[in-house]
Amino acid sequence: MTSWVALAALSLATLPGAELLSRARWTWRTPRIGILLWQALGLAWGLATIGALLGFALSPYGAGVLHGLFALSEDGSGLGLHHKAALLAGMALAGSLIGMLLLSGFRVVRARARHRALLSLIARRTGRGGTLVVDHPEAAAYCVPGMRSKIVISAGTLELLDSRELDAVLAHEHAHARERHDLVLLPFTSLPRIGLVARSLDAVALLIEMTADDRALQDRPPRELAKALLRFATAPSAATPSCALSALPEGGPVMARVQRLLNPAPRPAWVQSAALVSAVLLTSGPLLLWVLPH
Amino acid sequence: MKGLGELERAVMEVLWAREAPATAREVGRALADRDLAHTTVMTVLDRLAKKGFLARERDGRAWSYRPADTREGYVAELMLGALALSGDRDAALAHFARSVTGDEAAALRRVLEDLE
Repeated sequence: MTSWVALAALSLATLPGAELLSRARWTWRTPRIGILLWQALGLAWGLATIGALLGFALSPYGAGVLHGLFALSEDGSGLGLHHKAALLAGMALAGSLIGMLLLSGFRVVRARARHRALLSLIARRTGRGGTLVVDHPEAAAYCVPGMRSKIVISAGTLELLDSRELDAVLAHEHAHARERHDLVLLPFTSLPRIGLVARSLDAVALLIEMTADDRALQDRPPRELAKALLRFATAPSAATPSCALSALPEGGPVMARVQRLLNPAPRPAWVQSAALVSAVLLTSGPLLLWVLPH
Repeated sequence: MKGLGELERAVMEVLWAREAPATAREVGRALADRDLAHTTVMTVLDRLAKKGFLARERDGRAWSYRPADTREGYVAELMLGALALSGDRDAALAHFARSVTGDEAAALRRVLEDLE
């Protein structure tokens, strides 16, 4: 079997894989490994799809994907129409994925720069480790990620939470800032938000929140964070989005986070190992198929 | 010496507090206790105008500045970004949680009552 057929099969297999993973609940027990698996799956999809297209296009050279590309650069002629079309499609897919990532990154950086500039004109500092406060009655707490991340809360948040709950929220946001979760999310947000991609994005976003929740729990009881979450989600807001997040049977992402805080499930070591091995195979598989010489 | 950011903030405060547009000289006078050089005030105003926070028009030989939006307008802009209109799905900001409504909110309230 030639490598492009295997790459095509792998590319197709990642789709039901993503569907399954977007519905999985076991990932909530080990959100970090869940995120790793999502990253591996995304990478595998990209590498396999591009590799399959290029591999088919270059199959007349009989040299595999990578070596086929070298052969192409030496001798551009001799490809039939089908093969040229596949070559174009592969290049276009690679180009647009990279282009979308760059564009998305550019937009995010610009939005953050504007946000930071506004904060420096408006927000006041609190005693809590440089946390910024915006004078607005609604509850909000977030992190502006960057080289020097900023944690921001609204005056409404100070009203809503007691001191310990607020500490739990700040610890959660510091985890986002320290671990640069925005960079983890960026490749997923750069894709068009439809169908399976949208469901994958929701799943990854939720796992990232759970990772930050876990981090915030390290030096406090889970009740404080759970109460803060519940207060936040039920606080009155004029800006509640009309479209709900993907409806989870358990009652939404906030309920999912609260339930796992209050009733932590065991984390079987074999599940973690299996997920890690899958992530390694998913990443190394398509790479290996790229360099196979036929 | 305090940073430029802090000066920008002070200048915006002056202009937000005024009803009418102000020239660099008038802003400098309002901040007289800081004893700023005229060129410093001009630099800060120029920076703020380039960032789009101030609008300016000719007033004789000098520029006259006014805020492009009210303070409340900017607070609203910040909160719009912060209040999940773009949501947890946006990589620009990382939100703690967004508020929900209806059955979901009712279910969450029950859990909160049990905890308290």
